[in-house]
Parts: sequence; C-alpha cells; structure tokens
Amino acid sequence: MPFTDEQLERYSRHIILKEIGVKGQKKLMNGSVLIIGAGGLGAPAAMYLAAAGVGRIGIADADVVDLSNLQRQIIHTTADLGKPKVESAAETMKAINPEVEVETYHEFLTSSNILDIVKKYDFVLDGTDNFPAKFLINDACVMADKPFSHAGILRFKGQLMTIIPHQTPCYRCVFKTMPPKDAIPSCKEAGVVGAMAGVIGSLQALEAVKFLTGAGELLTGKLLTFDALNNKFHTIVLPPRGEGCDVCSDHPKITELIDYEQPVCSLK
Amino acid sequence: MAEEFKIDETVDITNVVCPVTFVKTKVALEEMDDGQILSVHMKDGEPVQNVPRSVKEEGHKILKLIDNGDGTYDLIVRKVGD
Repeated sequence: MPFTDEQLERYSRHIILKEIGVKGQKKLMNGSVLIIGAGGLGAPAAMYLAAAGVGRIGIADADVVDLSNLQRQIIHTTADLGKPKVESAAETMKAINPEVEVETYHEFLTSSNILDIVKKYDFVLDGTDNFPAKFLINDACVMADKPFSHAGILRFKGQLMTIIPHQTPCYRCVFKTMPPKDAIPSCKEAGVVGAMAGVIGSLQALEAVKFLTGAGELLTGKLLTFDALNNKFHTIVLPPRGEGCDVCSDHPKITELIDYEQPVCSLK
Repeated sequence: MAEEFKIDETVDITNVVCPVTFVKTKVALEEMDDGQILSVHMKDGEPVQNVPRSVKEEGHKILKLIDNGDGTYDLIVRKVGD
C-alpha cells in the first residue's frame, strides 16, 4: 500500500535516511514489538516505537501508576496516578501516533503465560526491574526463538545487550543464574537517575528499529555499559555462545520455564 | 521540456516543502527499476538547491536540470540500483 501524504510527512525523517527509506519504514509499519514493563525503560522505548510507526506494539505491566514512578517513567503523567500503567502508556502512544495498534497486558508475565505472548511479536524488549523477570524473559525468548533486548539500570549506570537466540550469547550465557538474595539492591533501594532510563530505554528502541529495518549491526555478542558519572560508554565483547549455557546450548539443562522467587526487599 | 529523454515516471513536488520534496522524489525512485528515468517537476529556489544534491547522494545519476522559464524546473534522474 502506498504512503498517504500525511504518512510521508510524519515519517519523512526516516524515509530520508538511506538506511531506512521507504522500504525500512514499511518494515516498521508491518513490524511488531512487545515491551515488558511500562516503567523507566519501557516508557521511552514505547514512545519512540509508537512515534516510529511500529505497526503493533504490545505492552505488559501489572502495576498502576504511582507518584514515585513519575521521576523517570515519562509515558505517565500526574493525571494518570492510580491508573493501570498499560492503560496510561497506551493512551500516550495513541496520542503520539494514532496509527499504531497497541495491545495491553495488565498482568504479571509468568511461566504459564509468557510464551504465548512473546510468540505474537517480532521482537521483545525487556524493560523489567528484577532478576526473576529477566531470567524468565531470557529463557522464554530462547525457547520461543524470539530476538530480544535485555537492559538494566541502577543509580547512574545502565547496560544493555541484544540476543538472537541460538545464534548469539543469551543473558544466561553471561549471568548464569539469579544473584544471591540481597547481593544486588533493587531500583527502589538503590535509586536511579531518571534520565538514565531515558538513555538506555531509547537504546533499546533503537535496537528494535535496527532489527525491524535491518539497518546496521545489532548489539549482539556484546554488552554495552554506560556510566553517566564518568561519561563512559563501554562495549564489552562477550565470549561466543558456548556449550556451557543452561538454556541456549544444544543440550540445555533448563527445558521448562522457572518462576524464581522475588527476593524480599531488605530495606522495607 | 524533456523531450530528449524517455521519461518512465514523473513526480510533481511543486505543492510541498522541504523535506517532503525529497521524500516524494525518493518514494518515486524507490518504486522504479534500475536504469529507468524519472522527471521531477519542482519550484525554483530551495527545491532546486537541495533535491538534486540529495538525489545524487543516494547514488542516482542526474541527467539534466531543465529550466522551464516559468519559475519551475524539471530534474531528469536515472535511477541507479534496485
């Protein structure tokens, strides 16, 4: 289907790019992305992907908007307090770009529902804030062979990597298993600078755009870290996907999804 | 007039402004085959300054810029690549 004049204008800055062009914009419009978590990372990612015209965007989050979210979760406003985050996020995305189809999942993703949901999308963004969710998303995406972007932020630091299951190292290849209880503080306990969510969440959106359009090289086989206090971006080259991984090797030990227990917040 | 070239497609960008001028040209080119010729009808001024350069940067071949004498130009481009 040819673009309307309005679409040509809306997406003109993409169409002008040699690496995207008409074909790339059509790929975005025919593409789909699932964003897990409508929080700090998911907020900018969802807004940029809606603005980019990604045809179908799923957003999953069981929470409602809380006052403490608004310092960084820019997709929600003060007027949204108490509203399910997915609803508030969908409203903002539709306001930015009424052309995109938004599918909301107002529920926790668990071992029993995650596979069916990730299978419906081309690419997945992990915008969660806890390790049980991160391992669950990794394992589900590996089992469903679904490319995804991992990311995490804490204080003034952030990191991300892109995984093409069974081709490039997965999250579990790098981090093996859950950290011991209390070894790592949660966002709540440690704090996080709001704009860090914007930087890393936007990088995740970029990975989704690159994946859907085929532009450039994906952040696979590498972990990108950003330390805002020292102004340092580092790209750490990861060892190749080996036989050692419990989930993505050719003979995985983990063949069923695990719902790890959420560690109890130690400073509550 | 562009009589000396066999024009395969034409696009009129006199009714739009930058960057949609180039966007419309680019959309027309993307739908054509390698070696086909596009005539772009444009206004004097900003489009004439920018569109030919942008088309060239994309790797296409500018064959001629024809001054129609009425404040409009026809840019004749040969598409390069698929």
